[in-house]
Amino acid sequence: MHDSGKIIGGLVIFVAGLTFPFWFTLAAGQADYRPDPERPTGQKHCVEDTAYMKAWHMDLLDHWRDEVVRNGQRVYLPDKRWPCSRDEDCTGGFCQQGSCRYDMSLTNNCLECHRSRARFCDRCHDYLEVKPYCWDCHLAPEEE
Amino acid sequence: MDESRRNFLKVAGSAAVGAAWAVPVVKALAGGGKTQTWPGGRAARRWALVIDVNKCSSPAVQRACAEACHRVHNVPHVPEHKHEVKWIWSTGFENAFPEQAHHDYRRDLLENPVMVLCNHCERPPCVRVCPTQATFKRPDGVVMMDMHRCIGCRYCIAACPYGARSFNWEDPLKYLDHPRPDYPHRTKGVVEKCTFCTERLARGLEPACVEAAVRVAGPGAMVFGDVGDPNSAVSQLLRTKTTLRRKPGLGTEPHVFYVV
Repeated sequence: MHDSGKIIGGLVIFVAGLTFPFWFTLAAGQADYRPDPERPTGQKHCVEDTAYMKAWHMDLLDHWRDEVVRNGQRVYLPDKRWPCSRDEDCTGGFCQQGSCRYDMSLTNNCLECHRSRARFCDRCHDYLEVKPYCWDCHLAPEEE
Repeated sequence: MDESRRNFLKVAGSAAVGAAWAVPVVKALAGGGKTQTWPGGRAARRWALVIDVNKCSSPAVQRACAEACHRVHNVPHVPEHKHEVKWIWSTGFENAFPEQAHHDYRRDLLENPVMVLCNHCERPPCVRVCPTQATFKRPDGVVMMDMHRCIGCRYCIAACPYGARSFNWEDPLKYLDHPRPDYPHRTKGVVEKCTFCTERLARGLEPACVEAAVRVAGPGAMVFGDVGDPNSAVSQLLRTKTTLRRKPGLGTEPHVFYVV
């Protein structure tokens, strides 16, 4: 037990380093920071419920991609059957047999309402350090 | 010994039951709604294209077709010849039809370039060699590309006897002045080619090159349709006109036909 000073000192430095992100964020006053993606105004609903979209939009987009490219299916009838009587009832979609239907397209459907990638998609993706490769090929309408 | 095997089987069995139960539940959570085609979209048993070589002989027609195609699909114009990307282009008759052409062939045919593109073969060698199934043949005969799966190995380029495939050696966005957001461009490191305008067929439209050819050269310059339907315009043309296919001896069975 001749090196207790060194060991305890080392442990203190180690724990301080390990918890650095926590107290640094606390000190910067950003502990309660949450990304705030810009929501489109004047639209009634997204293709599915907002809670579903928040949790599963990446799976939905993967599903759409496979359906369009590999199965030649291009129109989406949401699980959530939004009732409609004309196309204007369906945000960006069209009305068929009393239910809203949508073009399964990132650029021609999603980004028609969420027009800015930087102010919508990137705000959460950057916060979570997620780097989807959608943007290698798909262009947002308001690309800065 | 018996006891441990018994336990192992119990654990394995319950794990299998758990997985069998979990898969549909996860799918139900993630899958979402149903999918369908566009009302008014075009379907076929077997798509095919007929090009009238005589009506499409002028450079103006061929340029109009290539420009229409390359504009709607964000095909970049790369100045470096070895890096160029093309979906439909013009080549000499003797290059397109090396088996048919000889030095005393019909002069009007030899003297004018012809338009060439992906032949959407019945037996596509590109599909056979693709290690990731990024390129595949749809039930309606279109040889399709899934850019999300392409790993850029270029086996398909080596396999295609028609040179119909281009590799993106550079970021194509550099060479697109006004990229259209309504159709994705490609990324560096993937192979691309003509898709028979599947996105336009789905909406009930003609392929972009056909629309341009008819606009510039008049009706019948290019005809697109279903050879699975004996009454379609393409089927009737094939039965009544003399047509060529590129490199028929290879057995790929192209579905782009040339009326000579």
